[in-house]
Amino acid sequence: MSTPDITADAPPKGVKRPGDRIFTGLATGSGIAILTVLAGVATFLIVKAWPAITAGSDEIKGDGGLIAYIAPLAFGTVLGSLIAIVIAVPMAMAVSLFISHYAPRRLAQPLSYVVDLLAAIPSVVYGLWGIAVLGPAAVSLHAWLADNLGFIPLFSGPPSVTGRTMLVVGVVLAVMILPIITAITREVYSQTPRKQIEGALALGATRWEMIRMTVLPFGRSGLIGGAMLGLGRALGETMAVTIILSATGTVTFDLISSDNPSTIAANIALDFPESSGLDVNVLIASGLALFAITLVVNMIARTVIVRTEKASR
Amino acid sequence: MSSSRDDQTTPTHAPPVPDDQQQGAGPDQPGAAGDRAADRGAAAAPPATGGARPATTGPRPTATAAAVGGPTDGVVAPMRPITTGSLPRLAPWLVTAAVSAVALALILADVLAPGVGAVAAAIASGLVVYGWSRAVEGPRRALDRGVTFAVAGTFLVAITPLASLLYTVVSRGLPRFDTAFFTESGRNVVGAGGGAEHAIVGTLIITGAATLISVPIGIMAAIYLQEYGKGRLKAALTFFVDVMTGIPSIVAGLFAFALFSIFFGPGVRMGIMGAVALSVLMIPIVVRSTEEMLKIVPQHLREASYALGVPKWRTILKVVLPTALAGIVTGVMVAIARVMGETAPLLITTGVLSSTNTDPFDGRMHSLPVYAYNQYKFPGVDKQAFIDRAWAAALTLILIVMLLNVIARLIYRRYGTEIR
Amino acid sequence: MKSQRILAMSAVCGALAFGLAACGDDDDSGTTTASGTESGQSSLSGSIAGAGASSQAAAKEAWIAGFQTANGDVTVSYDPVGSGGGREQFIAGGTAFGGTDSAFKEDELADAQKRCGGPDNLIQLPVYISPIAIIYNLDGVENLQLSPETLAKVLKQDIKKWNDPAIAADNPDAELPDTAITVVNRSDESGTTENLQEYLSAVAGDTWDFEVSGDWPVKGGEAAQGTSGVVEAVGSGSGTIGYADASQAGDLGVATIKVGDEFVAPTPEAAAAVVEASKQNDDAGKFGFTYELARDTDASGAYPIVLISYEMACTQYDSPEEAALVKAFLGYEISPEGQEAAAKAAGSAPISDALRTKFQPAIDAIGAQ
Repeated sequence: MSTPDITADAPPKGVKRPGDRIFTGLATGSGIAILTVLAGVATFLIVKAWPAITAGSDEIKGDGGLIAYIAPLAFGTVLGSLIAIVIAVPMAMAVSLFISHYAPRRLAQPLSYVVDLLAAIPSVVYGLWGIAVLGPAAVSLHAWLADNLGFIPLFSGPPSVTGRTMLVVGVVLAVMILPIITAITREVYSQTPRKQIEGALALGATRWEMIRMTVLPFGRSGLIGGAMLGLGRALGETMAVTIILSATGTVTFDLISSDNPSTIAANIALDFPESSGLDVNVLIASGLALFAITLVVNMIARTVIVRTEKASR
Repeated sequence: MSSSRDDQTTPTHAPPVPDDQQQGAGPDQPGAAGDRAADRGAAAAPPATGGARPATTGPRPTATAAAVGGPTDGVVAPMRPITTGSLPRLAPWLVTAAVSAVALALILADVLAPGVGAVAAAIASGLVVYGWSRAVEGPRRALDRGVTFAVAGTFLVAITPLASLLYTVVSRGLPRFDTAFFTESGRNVVGAGGGAEHAIVGTLIITGAATLISVPIGIMAAIYLQEYGKGRLKAALTFFVDVMTGIPSIVAGLFAFALFSIFFGPGVRMGIMGAVALSVLMIPIVVRSTEEMLKIVPQHLREASYALGVPKWRTILKVVLPTALAGIVTGVMVAIARVMGETAPLLITTGVLSSTNTDPFDGRMHSLPVYAYNQYKFPGVDKQAFIDRAWAAALTLILIVMLLNVIARLIYRRYGTEIR
Repeated sequence: MKSQRILAMSAVCGALAFGLAACGDDDDSGTTTASGTESGQSSLSGSIAGAGASSQAAAKEAWIAGFQTANGDVTVSYDPVGSGGGREQFIAGGTAFGGTDSAFKEDELADAQKRCGGPDNLIQLPVYISPIAIIYNLDGVENLQLSPETLAKVLKQDIKKWNDPAIAADNPDAELPDTAITVVNRSDESGTTENLQEYLSAVAGDTWDFEVSGDWPVKGGEAAQGTSGVVEAVGSGSGTIGYADASQAGDLGVATIKVGDEFVAPTPEAAAAVVEASKQNDDAGKFGFTYELARDTDASGAYPIVLISYEMACTQYDSPEEAALVKAFLGYEISPEGQEAAAKAAGSAPISDALRTKFQPAIDAIGAQ
């Protein structure tokens, strides 16, 4: 990392051994193969979505054409992911700080393993857990929110009696993306320069003051980048949402009623089996929209992370 | 993770690199040491003054303290600027215990719901400690204690779902977690009984095939990025590998489905299709982790190899890769664990089959995530048998994934020292 | 066809370039390898695949298990991808047989007939007949009775409380609470939804003025994935009402529906009765046994909210082995044992002997080109 240029001219000049040539070819070929696959994914989506894009608005199911079909789904996708982010980011900060600066060292390593384990649990299991445990457990919370905070549009109700709401989906998504965000913030927080930390402590700062003055500013862009990666994952999550959400397709900010907008990925999973003809193209067009949304989110995330890396160098 | 550790297997000695990044790579010891120092400071404080306990008299013979009439007030204004009072060392724990006891009593008396009670107890304890500390130690220390409480509390909240999830899966999965589940397939099973041997075999084959596709491509691409890449192709590849990590899994499934239906028509379902879909998801993870591992192979190892006249490709094969091997294996294991639980792409590519099929190039193939999903979604009249099998499959899946994670960590711990 | 397959496989392998050392050994162990032409049950071997309606999943599981038990060397697979996917795969020749909740219509019918090699070569058999129950979860109400008009209004959410006068009129003896009604519907597109809607629009067209499709048209209810999702949602809420295959209702309350002058429960016998009373379509070819269900029947003891799921197959297949397998499998499906197995495993209504006699010629006609 410190001396990247040496690799470029390390082998003796002028001698191109066949072995080198083959190996270089393989390495470059692999890189190109990856780009080809990605181009293939994009091409496939566009080709399959094209009939839906060009079709007249009266041929698309529902009324109002393709945009009107995808827009509520995109809304639901973004809404669920936003809830997840709002819940997961503060938690990821706390978990990362706990592991990097609060927990005794002997505990920190096993703890980070436990959090990583969350990332490995299959999403279908999250779905089953959400509908069997979390949803029913959240029913009374829904009623309480509607009674006491009903004046906020988010909780206007009527509260769901089954707990299969956007709020619960958001919480499950938050649990799912927490380890992704934590993995990055933990790394960044623990890389805060020693000089700054010791300087702050030497000046008599309490632990929190030290964290506020050195660790948090240092890790801010890392946190943003991690959050964006988590957002990307939440946007594309399929099975958990499919199993849990009571999706009726209504566009609403009400998080606690049984009337919820669906998400793009869940809608594909729900309708793909019974679809044929143009309906399949419409679903793939919505997949293209999802791909575009995640692409943009990832681009933003990477730009932020790269900037962090440069700044910290 | 200290870079100054002596290298056992290579002849060269790794000198410490005085660099922020390298410092950062070994954060645990210094950070923990600093924390311990801070803790010692805090722990050493109580005997000095005795703000909390009225009976205690500090060793400091201040005339004012006695004159003004009691440490309970904590008003020793003229002499305070240098040191302040301090809470007893166990204060936060005692407060938490006391508040929890009250909360538990209220829960048992049915005044509070358990969940509400637990949250309320945590918040109340935090507030009590904050208030007490503020009265005795001043606002800065109080805030510090409050934040410590909040951070630890949030951590516990974050762990709760995992605990609940594991408990649910284990308790519901155990009824069918028996020998038959691993030795019998779903062939000729109606209602209760049978097993998921076919799904376990399918998952292993599909994931194995995905690994065979992804690992060579992923590692070679990482080698390209780290050892050869330059210019626009490298920049593009770095960027698009990141983009690829964000491909929704269902889109990967649709892609594999479309790719194969070009050649075989829309009816085709094969294990290898699922493997291709999983590869699309797996390759970027392998590239990312391998690249990170190659990055921390010390540069002087390569230079020593070149100096001996070893060609670059042999240097990479014989020096760089073996050095980074443990880390790469860990990354691959994590990637396998990550894709093994994918359901959506397999649902539309591999089809289902109640018998065991070991040929990924011909015919349908079952897999554990799809098995769990289908058992849950399409139960027969005897519903419980199907739901039990679904949870047992989920339990099996989690155990396999955990096992892989543990193996990866063991490998890292056993062989990973060389580049730490 | 096989060489084309291998060619295509190597093309894919080439595209993938890496890690596929095993590409070459495609030994085709899964395709039919029956030897000889005798079609005696025990000599069958090989495998056939089907895909389609998920409503049939449990029944197909029973049929496959029974068939494979009788023929140890045979492997039959059924992928419950859904009716649309099933029809598409069948038309494309990807599957030997398939299940669909709605019969082929118009364009698809022509394509399917083309796949089978002629209008009279396409077989459609109503092998799976299942009553759809109106399930509810309401404390203190044991036997809910609903007239079609009331049911339509409840499902349309025109009626919002359980103690609504219209429900009270249908249930003079019940004590109905002042609880809000939560309607649970399928969030996925499904044949169950479509059949229920067909019924509603036939008997209560004034109220149910929606275009009938597999998507639930009313917003504002609770939506759940699949039959199991609906059953779970109805069970976990209170004051909930939904619809699901009768066999899946479990402990939940099941409403009886007014047909003519009596309230009828969703039993298999009542479901079979409505099929008897229905008219066969005549545009589906010689072996296309598709029915226009008499939803508005007032025949005594008939339960008109019924899902019919068809088996699709051809009378001609490329290979004699495939033909023999399909023939034997379909024969088992409609046999008394087969129908009994499905009734036990999936709660479906066994088809009558009269229908079986009618369907048998179609199965007898299956053979190789």
